[in-house]
Amino acid sequence: MNVRLYLWQRGTAALMAPLVLIHVAVVFYATRQGLSAADILGRTRGSVAWGLFYTAFVAAAAIHAGIGLRTILAEWTPLGARGAALTATAFALLLAGLGARAVIAVVMP
Amino acid sequence: MTEAAAGDLSVSIWRGGEDGSFTTYRVPARASQTVLDVVTHVQRHIDPTLSYRFACRVGMCGSCAMTVNGRPRWTCRTHVSKVAEGGKLEIAPLANLPVIKDLAADMSPFFEKWQAAGGAFAPTLTRADPVEPIRPSEPDRVVADAGIECINCGVCYAGCDTVRWNADYVGPAALNRAWTLMNDRRDGAQRERLAAVAADGGCHACHSHQTCQDFCPQSLSPTGAISGLKRMATRAYLRGELKP
Repeated sequence: MNVRLYLWQRGTAALMAPLVLIHVAVVFYATRQGLSAADILGRTRGSVAWGLFYTAFVAAAAIHAGIGLRTILAEWTPLGARGAALTATAFALLLAGLGARAVIAVVMP
Repeated sequence: MTEAAAGDLSVSIWRGGEDGSFTTYRVPARASQTVLDVVTHVQRHIDPTLSYRFACRVGMCGSCAMTVNGRPRWTCRTHVSKVAEGGKLEIAPLANLPVIKDLAADMSPFFEKWQAAGGAFAPTLTRADPVEPIRPSEPDRVVADAGIECINCGVCYAGCDTVRWNADYVGPAALNRAWTLMNDRRDGAQRERLAAVAADGGCHACHSHQTCQDFCPQSLSPTGAISGLKRMATRAYLRGELKP
């Protein structure tokens, strides 16, 4: 961990904190209102705001988890610094890809 | 392990190198006895081949630190009565360092990292210049003074989880030293030192478990020093003064 990675990890954590709260609030709202999947998709599809919200969420989560996993792998496995960095980068890209797929499915009209 | 008789301590001491083992000795218990007294008794009266390290015996030199009942301590200022469990002591060399023999750990990695983190003072004046007056009440000096009583005993290094997991991590003592120098306006290597502690293995590798300040025999707060370095390095990076 160096100062650049530290700042990215803390920065993405700070960004995710309000995003998680909003996401959980939306989940509560949707369940308490009894919204069906079709109701939810009807509100999210074509919405630039929800698209930006979850794109930011996915990007922050992928970066944050990637940096954290890099440290865990370097400290707890025999991968070494380079192996840990490569594995964590691959995991971050996988998270970003899966997240982007979910965002596209929910937001694209 | 031998049971301690009344008036005796059962003392298990690490013998050998990395692949050594514990040997148990019976040592007479005495009033105000320190762990260093116990080790010295074994060496003087039972087995003169026992290797260990000490110098001042009064908590100033930092050379007698060992692992006592699983925890790193300065042995010259640790009373047996406060740490013995059921009349038993287990004494090993400091953890996270190579073992030379018996209770003598190799301190080379500790001091090499201390230097790598910019631990050497870089003077900006010569002896021909007048002494620069610095008031003890100056804010930077107050911060530096909070950390300068480190005796480099290695207790924090031996007790640090991050040092155990990350071979590149320079450790709490090196970062505490760097922090005191970063707050010393007489020093001329600020940029180089900040770059050294902001790199991989520097202050940002710390997980803030705070064992260093919990174990420090001088009651210093390397955790606080490391937090200060993190803030200082982060501000410098945001201003474009650091390129990790």
